[in-house]
Amino acid sequence: MSERELVLSVKNVTRRFPASGGRFLLANNNINLELYRGETLCIVGESGCGKSTLMRMLLSLDTPSEGEIICLGQNIAHLKGEALRQHRRHIQMVFQDPAHAFNPKMKIKDILCEPLLNFGMIKKSEVDTRARQLLEMVELPGDFADRYPHNMSGGQRQRVGIARALAIEPDIVMCDEATSALDVSVQKTIIELLVKLQKEHNIAIGFICHDIALVSQMSHRAAVMYLGNIVEILPSDRIKDGAMHPYTKALLGAIFDLNMDFSKKIDSIESEIPSPLDVPVGCPFQDRCDQCMEICKKENPQLIKMADGHEVACHLYTQTRKEDK
Amino acid sequence: MEKFKTFIKKNKLFMLFASLALLIVLVALLTPIIAPYDPYAADLTGALQKPSAEHWFGTDKLGRDIFSRVLYGSRISMASAFTVVVIILVFGSLMGILSGYFGGWVDAVIMRMSDMMIAFPGMVLAIAVAGILGASIKNAIIAISIVSWTKYARMARSLVLKVRHVDYVSAAVVTGSRVPYILRKYMLPNILPTMVITAATDIGGMMLELAGLSFLGFGAQPPMPELGYMLNEGRAWMQHAPWLMIFPGLAILVIVVIFNLLGDSLRDVLDVRQE
Repeated sequence: MSERELVLSVKNVTRRFPASGGRFLLANNNINLELYRGETLCIVGESGCGKSTLMRMLLSLDTPSEGEIICLGQNIAHLKGEALRQHRRHIQMVFQDPAHAFNPKMKIKDILCEPLLNFGMIKKSEVDTRARQLLEMVELPGDFADRYPHNMSGGQRQRVGIARALAIEPDIVMCDEATSALDVSVQKTIIELLVKLQKEHNIAIGFICHDIALVSQMSHRAAVMYLGNIVEILPSDRIKDGAMHPYTKALLGAIFDLNMDFSKKIDSIESEIPSPLDVPVGCPFQDRCDQCMEICKKENPQLIKMADGHEVACHLYTQTRKEDK
Repeated sequence: MEKFKTFIKKNKLFMLFASLALLIVLVALLTPIIAPYDPYAADLTGALQKPSAEHWFGTDKLGRDIFSRVLYGSRISMASAFTVVVIILVFGSLMGILSGYFGGWVDAVIMRMSDMMIAFPGMVLAIAVAGILGASIKNAIIAISIVSWTKYARMARSLVLKVRHVDYVSAAVVTGSRVPYILRKYMLPNILPTMVITAATDIGGMMLELAGLSFLGFGAQPPMPELGYMLNEGRAWMQHAPWLMIFPGLAILVIVVIFNLLGDSLRDVLDVRQE
């Protein structure tokens, strides 16, 4: 494990958006994350927990209010102009909804080769052959090069999205719920394709998703987010029975599958998520946690290492730790 | 060819107005050949003649042939109106794209400028500008352009804002596209159809504004045959020789109506949503 190459690390990143009345919306609170080459990190959480804000910052579409994002030894949090543009070839992205991810007025071959042309990696005359290669890489017929995006199905378009992201051979690919807009039957093949390409090209994938069942299948590690905080980072093979944070457990309790017993009550967490405009003092999950203690209302728990690659931010475990000592 | 035929069948109205507009433009281009008389040749003995076989639209107070003057006048009016429309289309779209794409202080500066233009009644401001610059057809064009670009800027801005945050624009940024490329390849094609339709509909309106300025004496100067100015000249003789006003007025009416209808039918052709 020690020779894993760190490609991206997020250090104490906080993002606040100014809101009306002089208040701030806290979208990301003191996020720390690491991404290694050849590995997949899934970021899980419900809508509005700050996954997309985090991803936009990783892609330099937004800048953090505080903190650093180190990509291959360079702090990219405040890059500008040509330096930023040059950096972009290291991080690419697959978008959530393939219906909106392509310029409807451009042909597939122009879409695929746009990044290559932007970085001067091919000549205009090579567009046709290169587009074919890229399409074949994602298991689509090369003839699709002359089509327009609206002549393709969602799954096919998502493959084009993947081909575009990989065209300039980036080190990191971010996927923003890349399968959630697709049919379930197509989701599986897209995931398989991603995993295959990841092995071939040895890239790091950051996968944003709210389907925790999918996470355990495809990723190496998972980070669970709640209200702008990362509450647990754990290896994917431990998700099923090693999850420790009450929120992760609650997420797991909400998975539907064919073999589940519908006569039992489905566990769900009571009450709504608090507004990020008005984050409570202490643990963000306190209002909905059935194991809430005094300390949870005063202090925000920090991530503590529980095992190799497993970190939890919860006072339940800080307590036991202290007692151990 | 087959495609062209189905296009004609599908857009009969558009083809009709397009050919009428083309006819008008042709007439304007061929004026020196068609016009029977020199529009500047005065013949005081034949002043204020009624329309006749010799002078179809009659003659004015200096005995100039009104038919020839209307032809030359349409030519000048149309050329000026086209110039105005092209200037405001290009300049307004550019300002609107910049404003919508960059937002922030760029947007604030451009939009406050356009607010200032809108705060005055357009004609009054145009008169002021033309008054400062001096009366001539060139200055009238400048004055009307200064007043009218804001509409295009606002429209382009709102259209750009609509696509600015769509995923595929983010995708273009992430894949390392340079800003001028995004503006040209992503923003421009999105706004162009609407802008062109507006411009086509505006040709008539701009002609009226120009004629209005000339009528008030801030545009074309004598002896130039300009439709608005001809109306002004004819005003004094309205009761004795109404043809001095009727024919230039009719010419304005016909041109404006045809270009307005052309613009409307162009919208039906280009607007995919209605299909």
